[in-house]
Amino acid sequence: MLGSRHYWEGFRAGAPFLLVVVPFGMLFGVVGTEAGLDFAQVMGFSVLVIAGAAQFTAVQLMTEQAPVIVVLASALAVNLRMAMYSAAMAPHLGSLPVWRKALAAYFMVDQTFAVASQRFDSPPELTSIQKFAFFVGALSPVCLPWYAATWFGAEVGGRIPPGYALDFAIPITFLALIGPALRTVAHVAAAGTAVLCALLFVNLPFSLGTIVAACIAIMVGARVELWQTRSTQP
Amino acid sequence: MIELSNSTIWMIILLLGVGTLGLRYSFLGLLGGRELPEWVLRHLRYTAVGVLPALIAPLVVWPEATGGSLDPARLAAAAVTLAVGIWSKNALLSIICGGATLFGILALIG
Repeated sequence: MLGSRHYWEGFRAGAPFLLVVVPFGMLFGVVGTEAGLDFAQVMGFSVLVIAGAAQFTAVQLMTEQAPVIVVLASALAVNLRMAMYSAAMAPHLGSLPVWRKALAAYFMVDQTFAVASQRFDSPPELTSIQKFAFFVGALSPVCLPWYAATWFGAEVGGRIPPGYALDFAIPITFLALIGPALRTVAHVAAAGTAVLCALLFVNLPFSLGTIVAACIAIMVGARVELWQTRSTQP
Repeated sequence: MIELSNSTIWMIILLLGVGTLGLRYSFLGLLGGRELPEWVLRHLRYTAVGVLPALIAPLVVWPEATGGSLDPARLAAAAVTLAVGIWSKNALLSIICGGATLFGILALIG
């Protein structure tokens, strides 16, 4: 597996994401530690959940003293797109043994999915075992540094004195993720609706404002997409 | 600060881990080659742009650090981060520019 050509092809495809994964992982380590999580809990998030945006979401809502069910629902809502990735990978990896599918599922993050779906849909066609080798190659420089970066961030986080405006680390991180995601009018409409509704519903009890605003925004995005495809089709 | 007990925090981490793995394994392992209906996919495409802005909008407008009053430094940092992200499609560059704006203005005012 490690010696195969397809492993290294995947590795090269995933390698550029090191530049994104390492700072994000470190930031999570710092933010989690500053929020009051202990070292094992910070690492627990990055190893067991291994989904940056959802981890930041959970930590933010935990600091707002939101009820556990709201923390879980909001963070899982961030991860709903993973079901879409899973469906897109089923034709490629679905015939593999369970342990390989489970391994691929655990490491199915934005970056590994992006490079895998791009490669699997283009020639030359790979067998499913070659696709698996490519996927393991892609996850090596993406997911393994994620753990190490979190570790490093958590080590450093405890030593950063207060007053460094770290309260704003999560908003800036998320804004940086939202900007590139605003690809279509429908995405902009969804994001705009989310902002407006979240500000309107800020006083809802139990931090429910976030999830209510998100649900409305998702429906608006889907609706606008429908309008757009209808207006472009004869 | 998080005021939950250690066991509650671990429960959140474990449930979130199981739930996320479930979402990732769902169609790959359990539902096989079944295709998601188009209307479900259409909604799933907007989950990230729906949830992330909703979570941070109040934090940008009413920052905790200033006791909830509008803060020019944080507002400017947010605007720069978003603008650079839209323009460059580069999340890392956006963070660097946003952070530099925040620390720059805070240093000037402070």
